Amino acid sequence: MAAHRCSYLAWLVFIFSLSGILVADGQETTLSGDHLVSAVENPQTDAETEKRAAEEPAVEERRWEATRAADAAEENQEFPASVATVLSSTPQLKDDFQEELVIRPLHSGDIYASFHFRTLWETDFMKGNKVSHYRLFPKSLGQVISKFSVRELHISFTQGYWRTMQWGQPYLPSPPGAELWVWFQDTVTDVDATWKELTNVLSGIFCASLNFIDSTNTVQPSASFKPLGIANVTDHRFLRYATLPREIVCTENLTPWKKLLPCGSKAGLAVLLKSEKLFHSSFHSQAVHIRPMCQDSQCKTPSWELRQTLNVVFDLHTSGQGKQEWSLFKMFSRTLTEACPLASSSKIYIDITDNPQEEQFELIPATPLLRQAVVLGDRRTFSVYDLTQQVTFGTVRSLNLLIRWKSTEGHMLRPLLHAERYVAGYGLQTGEIHTLMYNNHPFRSFSVLLLDSVPWYLRLYIHTLTVTSKGKDNKPSYIHYQPSKDRIRPHLLEMLVQLPPHSVTEVTVQFERALLKWTEYTPDPNHGFYVGSSVISALVPSTVAMDTNNTQERTLFSSFFPCKEESSYFVRVYTEPLLVNLPTPDFSMPYNVICLTCTVVAVGYGSLYNLLTRSFQVEEPNPGLAKRIANIIRKMRGVPPL
Amino acid sequence: MKLFHLFSFFAAYLVADSSDVENSVGQFFSSGHTNNWAVLVCTSRFWFNYRHVANTLSVYRSVKRLGIPDSHIVLMLADDMACNHRNPKPATVFSHKNMELNVYGDDVEVDYRGYEVTVENFLRVLTGRLPLSTPRSKRLLSDDRSNILIYLTGHGGNGFLKFQDSEEISNVELADAFEQMWQKRRYNELLFIIDTCQGASMYERFYSPNIMALASSQVGEDSLSHQPDLAIGVHLMDRYTFYLLEFLEDIHPASKANMNDLFKVCPKSQCVSTPGHRTDLFLRDPGSVLITDFFGSVRKVEITTEAINLTDPIQQQEESSVSEDANKEMYSYVDQLPVSEIIHQKPKQKDWHPPDGFILGLWTLILLVFFKTYGIKHLKHIF
Repeated sequence: MAAHRCSYLAWLVFIFSLSGILVADGQETTLSGDHLVSAVENPQTDAETEKRAAEEPAVEERRWEATRAADAAEENQEFPASVATVLSSTPQLKDDFQEELVIRPLHSGDIYASFHFRTLWETDFMKGNKVSHYRLFPKSLGQVISKFSVRELHISFTQGYWRTMQWGQPYLPSPPGAELWVWFQDTVTDVDATWKELTNVLSGIFCASLNFIDSTNTVQPSASFKPLGIANVTDHRFLRYATLPREIVCTENLTPWKKLLPCGSKAGLAVLLKSEKLFHSSFHSQAVHIRPMCQDSQCKTPSWELRQTLNVVFDLHTSGQGKQEWSLFKMFSRTLTEACPLASSSKIYIDITDNPQEEQFELIPATPLLRQAVVLGDRRTFSVYDLTQQVTFGTVRSLNLLIRWKSTEGHMLRPLLHAERYVAGYGLQTGEIHTLMYNNHPFRSFSVLLLDSVPWYLRLYIHTLTVTSKGKDNKPSYIHYQPSKDRIRPHLLEMLVQLPPHSVTEVTVQFERALLKWTEYTPDPNHGFYVGSSVISALVPSTVAMDTNNTQERTLFSSFFPCKEESSYFVRVYTEPLLVNLPTPDFSMPYNVICLTCTVVAVGYGSLYNLLTRSFQVEEPNPGLAKRIANIIRKMRGVPPL
Repeated sequence: MKLFHLFSFFAAYLVADSSDVENSVGQFFSSGHTNNWAVLVCTSRFWFNYRHVANTLSVYRSVKRLGIPDSHIVLMLADDMACNHRNPKPATVFSHKNMELNVYGDDVEVDYRGYEVTVENFLRVLTGRLPLSTPRSKRLLSDDRSNILIYLTGHGGNGFLKFQDSEEISNVELADAFEQMWQKRRYNELLFIIDTCQGASMYERFYSPNIMALASSQVGEDSLSHQPDLAIGVHLMDRYTFYLLEFLEDIHPASKANMNDLFKVCPKSQCVSTPGHRTDLFLRDPGSVLITDFFGSVRKVEITTEAINLTDPIQQQEESSVSEDANKEMYSYVDQLPVSEIIHQKPKQKDWHPPDGFILGLWTLILLVFFKTYGIKHLKHIF
């Protein structure tokens, strides 16, 4: 009966919320009507600016000429037909570079800045194709793709943990530390050897300790991490996944990452990437994603995409000095003066969905350009600043966006899916890993795929694995478990679990801590040992229809995960990494001295003492077996022995 | 007559001048090296050893400023101080009080870091015995025309230097590594600098030619730190490297300062310890060896008078014809979470091996048949 009442209540809440959404929708439509008007007005202003640009050649003549030359060069690239008459009849391979910065003011008062750089190149690295002429695509990565026959490469370096409860979902998720997953082409014969070599080479390119990736932390997931690019068959033998949760991220990782950009950090949005500001933040993540993409709607030839992203969350309290004001200069200690001349599009998006009437924050300078995008199952509205237009920079020729907060309420979000994980238990022998997965959707249940990779020195007792939601046993519809081998490979656990609506699902498994050999301890074993984040992949029901057309022009930040259904969107959620203490011997000098002294005393003094105090006697010859047995029996009978 | 005198004087001056130019040119090529390398190692872990990282980074800064490119510098830092959570200003490492000089910079490239800094890796880098897949940035690709600067800092004692508080390298091992480098023709001249307690003990055992060595302290002496900083909470630098950095900041690529000037860096009044040096293995006179022979870089420029015709740009071969295009299969994106496909996934076929119970049963059967046929008393025929 109580359950019935609860369900009624839930329905009531649902109806109320639905009406709320409807009202909000109504507001939105009126708003978007306004937006339409402004968008219609905009081409006029564009035309005007062009005219103005044509009319004022006297001012800064050199600058204009230079840009025009660059324009001409780009036109050559874009229209091979025009080149054909000049050079020869061979069409050039097209490449294209776009850059984007998305700024999302978060509910907690922090600010989330997400850089996206994309180089798209109509070439083919597959099937041993030799590629020798590089323009925008970095040669160092191109050679890696060719040499190791990589189909897809995803690498991320993250410092800090993304707090889903306070910040919502990120545009691109990443676990703390370093993460690397690679799909190899099916021509690779020895995947493990190629993987090992690839990690070594990447460690050189990105100045990271990726060479610590070996068989003990590499897994081969059987269902997670499907290719993000085009692929007709997916054979999971060609997939490798590894994380290094302890990896530190600092300037030495940012430097090579910036060098991969066509403009370096000299022009465009990358000017803002100054390490002393980027690392003074609550969360920092940089990533490189390489994958084949559809070239056109027919999708018969692939083009290769290199996507470099950098996500950073600036903390209001540590760097804002208590003032509720943000600007590009405050965040990055730089302002923008120009777009990257090689970029075909260079834009800044500011999320103003929660702020339609400017009641939460104020944006200076204001922009008439607006854009709507469906991202993470929600339709969001963005103010757009186009850096390729000179008007954006105004009369001072520099753009310093300012966000001034008006209200200061910060409340917890309720993201539809989030997860957390912790270690329970006491002592240094056994423990228990708890993973909690929250489905906050009021009436829909959905499946999630949980992937856990646990190092061999935590021996999982897989028979203690329980999955419970709402107090009842929840039987996973798919379990893939690969036990570990000591010093060779980690545990791999993959489960497909159905999360009931509005519930918490708890996965627990007990483990035993193994003893390491004394050379296997790290130089600071008292710090503990890390277990990488578990990965939760899910198709979450969407509130609006998702965009399933992958070929049309979309913003970079909303087009990372390909979308096949309109009703749901794909998210990947990472839990916290675990820090586990293993039984550690005392490596310190006094301990060793004590051990040595005790040994010397026991062996030296002990034997001497033994010699001095023992009295020696001649032993009688050993009685035979039969006699001994007879004696035992006689002893039991109480008769004197033979 | 007066005129003749004047003329002869002028001519003499000219001759003297030209010989002077030749001298300086000769001096420029006298060192006989064609490339420069640097191996800079900090062997200490933990926040309270901030100063050792700052030491190494300040030498890194100097050699980079004087022209050695990142590809020729192998930088090993045993811990991350710049992005350490205790650092009040992340992504910076300061060498001076009041945060005056950030030696970390904005474009540092660390080659070995954290747990990678081990005695084994250090010796492998020196001797070049690295795994095949090691990237170029982690290798010391020097030859017999290379001048190498090796800088070490950390905690040490008489005859050893600790790595990461868990292992140590002895002076004999180090000397043998240098001998191996010499025999494998991996250097022309080598400058060894160490900033650690009892540093002079580390170069005592060297026996290979062309090595010059400097240390921050003599045997039996401690090397001391310099400048505690209240904001950071630890000492910023060691005394010896602090004055070394001060000395190197005044050096520019064309300066004529020589090794004798370097030996005078940080006298006992400043250092408290007595810096030592060893030159008996070195063939040249230290006074003729420029600082830039080791801290700077040779840039090879060849001038040609021949005209070079640039060929036409490379023509990309048109490989895809229309007919081939039509035959190609269409690509598509895959489902990120194909639930039904995952559920009905067949488990991977493994190599079949009989279950343990089965094997036991088989053996029991064999034994039973054996005893049935021969009986227990025939056992002695077998054994």
